Amino acid sequence: MQNEQTVISPKSLPLTIRDLTVAYHRKPVIWDIDLTIPEGKLVSIVGPNGAGKTTLIKACLDLIPRSSGEVSIYGQPYKQARQRVGYVPQRESVDWDFPVSALDVVAMGTYGQLGWFRRVSKRSKALSMQALERVGLADYAHRQISQLSGGQQQRTFLARALVQDADIYFMDEPFAAVDAATERAIVEMLKEIQERGKTVLVVHHDLATVPQYFDWTVLLNMRVVAAGPTDEVFNQQNLRRTYGGKLTLLTQAANEVERSR
Amino acid sequence: MPDFADIWYVLFLRDYNTRLVVICTILLGCACGLMGGFLLLRKRSLMGDMLSHATLPGVGLAFMLAVSLGGNGKSLPILLMGAAFSGVLGCWAVLCIRNHTRIKDDAAMGIVLSVFFGAGVAVLGLIQTMPEGSAAGLESFIYGKTASMVASDFQILVIVTISVLICSLLLFKEFRLLCFDEAFAAALGWPVKFLDVLLLALVTAVTVAGLQAVGLILIIAFLITPAAAARFWTNQLDRMLLLSALIGGASGWLGASLSAFFPRLPAGALIVLVAAVCFVISMLIGTERGVLVRYLHQVQLKGRIGRQHLLRALYEILEGGRSQGELALRPVPFRQIRGRRTWSDAHLRDYIRRAYHEGLVEAPTKDDSIQLTVAGLAEAAHLTRNHRLWELYLIEYADVATSRVDRDADMVEHVLGEKMVAQLESKLQTYRSAGSLVPESPHPIIPGD
Repeated sequence: MQNEQTVISPKSLPLTIRDLTVAYHRKPVIWDIDLTIPEGKLVSIVGPNGAGKTTLIKACLDLIPRSSGEVSIYGQPYKQARQRVGYVPQRESVDWDFPVSALDVVAMGTYGQLGWFRRVSKRSKALSMQALERVGLADYAHRQISQLSGGQQQRTFLARALVQDADIYFMDEPFAAVDAATERAIVEMLKEIQERGKTVLVVHHDLATVPQYFDWTVLLNMRVVAAGPTDEVFNQQNLRRTYGGKLTLLTQAANEVERSR
Repeated sequence: MPDFADIWYVLFLRDYNTRLVVICTILLGCACGLMGGFLLLRKRSLMGDMLSHATLPGVGLAFMLAVSLGGNGKSLPILLMGAAFSGVLGCWAVLCIRNHTRIKDDAAMGIVLSVFFGAGVAVLGLIQTMPEGSAAGLESFIYGKTASMVASDFQILVIVTISVLICSLLLFKEFRLLCFDEAFAAALGWPVKFLDVLLLALVTAVTVAGLQAVGLILIIAFLITPAAAARFWTNQLDRMLLLSALIGGASGWLGASLSAFFPRLPAGALIVLVAAVCFVISMLIGTERGVLVRYLHQVQLKGRIGRQHLLRALYEILEGGRSQGELALRPVPFRQIRGRRTWSDAHLRDYIRRAYHEGLVEAPTKDDSIQLTVAGLAEAAHLTRNHRLWELYLIEYADVATSRVDRDADMVEHVLGEKMVAQLESKLQTYRSAGSLVPESPHPIIPGD
């Protein structure tokens, strides 16, 4: 057992999860997760509500205690690989009435490199401004965050992840409550990140757009139902095993798959 | 009644007896304002209240312990250490109850607050019956009594408050991240638990330092009120904290000075009342989120919309369904305008009066009709055109429009760009007949005349 756990996964793999189980209040939320994500993929994590998608991400980032198992990022535990990881939490997880500007929020992405006691430097601010430009929010840099629309808030979070300049990104529902234009802009951005050889994991809710946006898919329902290239694993059988018998949903998704081929 | 010279003397620290007290409360006020800002944003206000109430048994027990060991029961460092210890114990009790039972935060804090305070009152009662020492002076921790402070106390209080100030300034960035987005802070590798404990420790330090001046019942108001007041003035954290510290310092200054003249009134009460006055003023006239500012914005917006509606109504009436050639200026009866809008007579007259002052319409005639001026017609045409372009944009680009439509924008081109506007204009061509100044509404409303 000990030997198995100390096996070091190849350094080229952005994410390797072995035997991961997470439990809250004695009840396992996800169990026996074994997952390997190859480099440079745009990965969707889909599954019904309560399937443990957010839990999976949080466990990867050491934000919640694991009951068992190990996660390695480019062959290292999270603690050592932290600089290579970018994180976009759920938008509702923070108070958007907080007295900071969009630029302040984005600059938080540089706090990791800044270290203790140091003020936010000119360079951090310049980097943050660039990131805001990339998500099309340069004009809103000095707006207080409560004055941004939902989609703009989401893009602010994305910009904050961009300044982290990571190799692997974990994004928790970046498409939640954004309008169609913002969704397209975000997808464009994700593809651009992917083209630079980075890996992006996205918790996603809209089954209809999975084949269109993502080239790799993880179907999750407390355990990994299937994981692999989207056109191999995103099929009716796997969806039924993930979502149960919600037929309308399944037909819709299956139609989408048909169409995309 | 003190005369003006006396007041001047105390306020500007000329009076030897009160100088130390006033300086001390100013510093304390600054530290409280700063920490209160973080406490408020971390949504831990109630935690601060619980903490201060939980210090009472510590004060009493420290006194008893010191006396029974033959020491001086009223030595401030010992009492404050006792206070800090039981305050922290209270926090720990809350966390225990919350983490190990299904009782929620607020209930856990309510229980711990009252139990600790009750225990404190009981301990003070016990001390009264002890033969060795009278507990006289210990009650000052409950309501605050600056007069009971002696010179050696000030050193301790000044050191505590100044170190809290320095710590919170050094950790500004870290605390901002912690208060805004704890999970992200943890993902970046910041020791969130440690920072949280540190924040609570700093709050404990100012609370304990303020016990004597403000009293444990009121200290929470001294922490939270300046911060809440400052929030009305700004949307930036650094400014908010600076302002909060200033309001805290000013409250301490005025409150302590006032209490020098009215020895029967506890300093704590006066300080908190001064802070409350600052809060009420800020709430009313705060420039960012004050009640008055919001109200004025609302009124302004209503006025602007009314103006637009009036001009557009006039324009559409002049258009009269046909869109051939130049529009001729002619008087329009009020009755006809009211047919297009659900305005009361008073509202309509108000909007007309304002438009008249702007030079957009001629003075209303005796038979209740008005006529646009040449400038008014141009403005009305401009507004109507913008309105129709936005309407069309919303129809053509329903999926993206909601986030971009800005009805108030003076020029549609500034928001959508020349190209898009040209495209929309040409779309409108299909709806409109040639020669009209303004494209017709894509979905006209039939006016109820």
